[in-house]
Amino acid sequence: MAHTLPALPYGLDALEPHISRQTLEFHHGKHHNAYVTNLNNLVAGTELEGKSLDDTITAVAGDAGKAGVFNNAAQVWNHSFYWQCIKPGGGGTPTGALLDKINADFGSFEKFVEAFKAAGATQFGSGWAWLVLDNGTLKVTKTANADLPLAHGQKALLTMDVWEHAYYLDYQNRRPDYITTFLDKLVNWDFVAANLAAA
Amino acid sequence: MVPRFLMGRLLRPLLACCAALLLLASAAPAWAEFALPPLPYPADALEPAIDATTMTIHHDRHHGAYVANLNAQIQANPALASLSLDALQGQIASFPEAVRNNGGGHWNHSQFWAVMAPKGQGGAPSEELLAAITGRFGSLEAMQTQFNQAAAGRFGSGWAWLIRKADGSLAITSTANQDNPLMDLPGLERGTPLLGLDVWEHAYYLKYQNRRPEYIQAWWDLVNWTEVNRRYGEAAAAAAAAPSTTPARP
Repeated sequence: MAHTLPALPYGLDALEPHISRQTLEFHHGKHHNAYVTNLNNLVAGTELEGKSLDDTITAVAGDAGKAGVFNNAAQVWNHSFYWQCIKPGGGGTPTGALLDKINADFGSFEKFVEAFKAAGATQFGSGWAWLVLDNGTLKVTKTANADLPLAHGQKALLTMDVWEHAYYLDYQNRRPDYITTFLDKLVNWDFVAANLAAA
Repeated sequence: MVPRFLMGRLLRPLLACCAALLLLASAAPAWAEFALPPLPYPADALEPAIDATTMTIHHDRHHGAYVANLNAQIQANPALASLSLDALQGQIASFPEAVRNNGGGHWNHSQFWAVMAPKGQGGAPSEELLAAITGRFGSLEAMQTQFNQAAAGRFGSGWAWLIRKADGSLAITSTANQDNPLMDLPGLERGTPLLGLDVWEHAYYLKYQNRRPEYIQAWWDLVNWTEVNRRYGEAAAAAAAAPSTTPARP
């Protein structure tokens, strides 16, 4: 079955004014959609056709000859995950088991925030910042371009897109402002908590 | 301290005077800081292919930040103080990543502004350059097609380049992020850049969004061939002066 573009879990203007309708139109409708189209074209007629997205990614990760498949498949995965990591009226502080785990592994929620902000701000060029579960421990990581925790044996709990296309229409060069807004106003902590509970 | 990008914009008329005062002041730092070069044309001169807002943010903010961040590395890396920006590129592997990223960003953008000119004012490839392009690629159009593929195919942030290699031949290549073909990095096709195109999204996103190929196509109208010719002539002359095809190692 061909890979498909998932619908956004909210309206195009639902994240205004933090992420504009225009940004979501391009980001979801053009960028994410192009990754889906490219992936389907690249795997058509190959042994990868019909494989799940996760299986496709793990099958080609680290294979330089399959970089095109990896980049597009991973970007489909990353964006589908990213849309669920944010929501209207999100942000703030998590609760319950997730907060306990963050406090235990980072020392405090503030220390997590500091590490996550730093990861997003220092990912040079295009990429992603992550909260992952790595051998039972929460960690903040960053990856370049399409790279993702699945390729490193880690379980993704939260991601933030720091490709310029994620924020340039709204924030231009002010990536730190986008990062702060992401944490204060957008993070869907319920989704992150569900990812931890399912891990 | 006045940020360099502001100095370029607001204090340019006073720059010569300030520089003279700095030379006289005994408290001035012993090193020469890297400086943001002013745009060689007004910010709206490349309209409509590249809009004035993009040019202003790109030059003042992005390039300005690379210069400021590079200067911030001088204290921790004193060797930087005695290196020209050009010389730094060929030794970049011996410096920390922050120097590579910001030193590359400064060199690449300085190059970028210089190889562009308002539409209709960029001249044409010289006979010598055109002969080299035709000899290597078949035609100018074939070179542009290959360059366009390198620029469109660069996944993520980076640059596409037309370079003159040490053996005198031309090549098309692309680099990730702020790397460039002068850098002594493993796996990188090295040569003297003649023409480099910025394909970071910040270079085109306000006007073209996801349509990078449209930006690349429109950009050809802005190429300052007079400057590309000069760079080609300079690279060829440098090679002639140093007959070994292998660059001397430090």
